[in-house]
Amino acid sequence: MDSRIQTIAVIVTALLLLLVFELVRRRRLMERYALLWLLSALVLLVLAAWTGLLEKLSGWVGIATPSNALFVVGFTFVMALLLNFSLAVSRLSDESKILAQQVARLDQELRAAQRRLAEAERGDFPEHAGEPTLVRQEETVGER
Amino acid sequence: MPLSALDKKLAIVPAYNEEESVARVVAAISEQCPDFDVLVVDDGSTDRTAERAERAGATVIRHPFNLGIGGAVQSGYQYAQRNAYDLAAQVDADGQHDPKYLPDLTGALCADDQIDMVTGSRFREDAGYKVPRVRRTGIMLFSALMSLIVRQRVTDPTSGFRMTNRRGIELFARDYPHDYPEVEAILLMHAHRLRMREVPVRMSERLTGRSSITNPLSAYYMVKVLLAVVVGLFRSRPAIEPGGEAPVAAQRGI
Repeated sequence: MDSRIQTIAVIVTALLLLLVFELVRRRRLMERYALLWLLSALVLLVLAAWTGLLEKLSGWVGIATPSNALFVVGFTFVMALLLNFSLAVSRLSDESKILAQQVARLDQELRAAQRRLAEAERGDFPEHAGEPTLVRQEETVGER
Repeated sequence: MPLSALDKKLAIVPAYNEEESVARVVAAISEQCPDFDVLVVDDGSTDRTAERAERAGATVIRHPFNLGIGGAVQSGYQYAQRNAYDLAAQVDADGQHDPKYLPDLTGALCADDQIDMVTGSRFREDAGYKVPRVRRTGIMLFSALMSLIVRQRVTDPTSGFRMTNRRGIELFARDYPHDYPEVEAILLMHAHRLRMREVPVRMSERLTGRSSITNPLSAYYMVKVLLAVVVGLFRSRPAIEPGGEAPVAAQRGI
């Protein structure tokens, strides 16, 4: 591999590694998401610096230009990272759905309780035939 | 389970920006079926849906933001479960579903304790319901596919006019599909060995607003649901719940 390309590749991947490390250190990036980034930066750095390994690798898979092998590895990591993000987004939207549903339910229960309290303070006790009573709801919570 | 006046019955009305029609729907349910409590799930509406529903006498759950029809319906089932309802029905807020059929659904559900869910079908008999040909073709495709999978005739898999018992309520409170949930919910019930049947209903034209399935999105809708159905068949067995009153043994595949 051309030594100029090699120098640039080493510098860029080293910077990437440093950037990810720094982001984790400042708690801007959670370790959970940083692992894959660290792994890809590290592997790319090793391949960029260790010319012999990259050439051997290219020889095995039949890539004529070793720098193309570096691109292939880099692209593979990009795909892996994207999939990782899709997984994270799916989990987050699932979690936010559950949170929204719980907030909505608590909000409804709170409003119902406040209404009953206001009615009790006014001194009228209307029938709650169809409506759940507070006691009943507490029982349900206790069962969980 | 005998048809009893003591059963607690809930009508779940998922609503997203339906201020024009929601009050009429709530009033129609309480007038025609006074034994039903009405719960409106306001799915993050930006208009006065929640206010109008509450003034019409419904209990209202308000989502802090829009979760989509699946999330709204599931909130309704969670409310039904927490408040120990015996029956829960889904009624659209746009006025498509006529509450006069609710007693039919209740009757069909209570007549046979093997049945866990009853769906109001537009196509069970010639009910004179006109749907655009594109959508009709789509519905027929899903109808054929679902009939094959659950091995019984499903004429209207996209109908959201449904009623289910305690077992259905508990299942849907725990797990309900996301975006266009009606078809997938059939699959979910089948996987948990809950049984369903259909009763014929007429649906009216929507009072206001537009269907959530607009034409440019139909293709996306179909592909998405097909994917969900196919993936669902390969999903591992759902966990069997301990202590169920009946063996809710989950079954996999066709």
